[in-house]
Amino acid sequence: MNQGRNFLKGFIKENPVFVLFLGLCPTLGTTGSALNGLSMGLATTFVLVLSNVFISVFARFIPDKVRIPSYIVIIASFVTIVDLLMSAYTNTPGPHGEPSLYDNLGIFIPLIVVNCIVLGRAEAFASKNSVLSSLLDGLGIGLGFAFALTLLGTVREVLGNGSVFGYKFITGDGILIFIMAPGAFLALGYLIMIMNKIKQRTAKV
Amino acid sequence: MEYIIIIISAVFVNNIVLSQFLGICPFMGVSNKVDTALGMSGAVTFVMVIATIVTYLLQQYILEPLGIGFMQTVSYILVIAALVQLVEIILKKVSPSLYQALGIFLPLITTNCTILGVAILTFQKDYNLAEGVVFAFANAVGFGIALVTFSGIREQLELAEIPAGMRGVPIAFIIAGILAMAFMGFANIV
Repeated sequence: MNQGRNFLKGFIKENPVFVLFLGLCPTLGTTGSALNGLSMGLATTFVLVLSNVFISVFARFIPDKVRIPSYIVIIASFVTIVDLLMSAYTNTPGPHGEPSLYDNLGIFIPLIVVNCIVLGRAEAFASKNSVLSSLLDGLGIGLGFAFALTLLGTVREVLGNGSVFGYKFITGDGILIFIMAPGAFLALGYLIMIMNKIKQRTAKV
Repeated sequence: MEYIIIIISAVFVNNIVLSQFLGICPFMGVSNKVDTALGMSGAVTFVMVIATIVTYLLQQYILEPLGIGFMQTVSYILVIAALVQLVEIILKKVSPSLYQALGIFLPLITTNCTILGVAILTFQKDYNLAEGVVFAFANAVGFGIALVTFSGIREQLELAEIPAGMRGVPIAFIIAGILAMAFMGFANIV
C-alpha cells in the first residue's frame, strides 16, 4: 500500500509540472508535438530512476558536506548515457527530411542534468529512503512528468497541427501559434488553470 | 558587424527565455519585483560570461586534446558549480557591496539552465572565444530584458482583478505567452 503510494503520488497529487512547477524548461521547450514530449519525459524518467536507485544505495557513504556535488556527478553520468544512447538510436531523419528526434530535443537532453526534479528527488527522497521506495518514487515522478509533457504536447499538436503523434485527423493548417514558442506558455497556463479548477472543486466536496 | 548580428540575434530574435525556453524557473520565481529581477539578471550576466570563458578553455585545452568529449556534460556542470561557489567567496571578500546586491541569487544560479545551456550552445555553434563571450553577454542581456519587463508587468498585476482559477502561476504563463508573441515580431530582422 505504502509502496503503491510512492509510485502513484507523482501523477496527480505531487505532479512535478502541474502542482510543483518544477522542470519547466523542458516542459515548454520540447512539447511542440506529443511524441517529443513523451520522449523527453521517458528520457528524464530513465535518469530519475537510475539516479534515485544509485543515490539511495550510496547515500550513507557520501559525506554530508559534498553530497550535492556528488549527486550532480551521479546524475550527470546517467544524462551522458542517455545522450549517447539517443544520439545512436534516435538520430535518423524522417522520410521527408524532417529533423530526427535527437535533433528535436537538442540541447534539452544534456540539460536534464540541471532539471530541478532530478536533484530535488535525490535530496528530498532517495538520500533518506530504501532502494525499492526510491525506485518506485523515481518511476512515479518520472512517469508523472512524462504524462504532463505528453498531455501538453498533445494539446499543442492538436491545436497547432490537427494531429496526434503525427496522425493527422483535421485537414488544414491548424492554429500555428500553438506549435511556436508563445503557444507553449499559453497552453501550459490554461492547463494549470484547469488543474486548479479541478482541485478547488474536489476540495469543496 | 558579426558581433552585432550575434548580439541582436541573441537578445531579440532568439531570446533565451521567450523563444529558447531556458531559465524558466528563475523567470517565474524571482519576477515578482523589479528590484529582485534586476539583481538576478546582474548575477546571471556575471556568472554566464565567466562560465562561458572557463568552459570554452576546458573544452579546447582539456577535453579535446584528450579525446574525452563525451565527458562534456559532467565536466561542465562540475566546473559551473565550483565556479559559482568561487565567485561567491571572492565577491564576499573583494566587493561586499556587490555581494550584498547579488549574493542571495548566486546559489540559485547553479541550477539555472541558462548557464549550462549557453556554454553548450557556444560549443555547438562553433564560436571562438571572443564570439563566445559576446554570445554569453548578449544572452544574459536578453535574459535580463525579458525578466525585468515581465516583473514590471507582474507588479501591475497585483492591482488587477483576476478570476480565482487564474491567479498566480496560470496568469503569469499567459502573460509570458503574450510577451513571447511580442518578441516574435523581431523574427527575420537579421
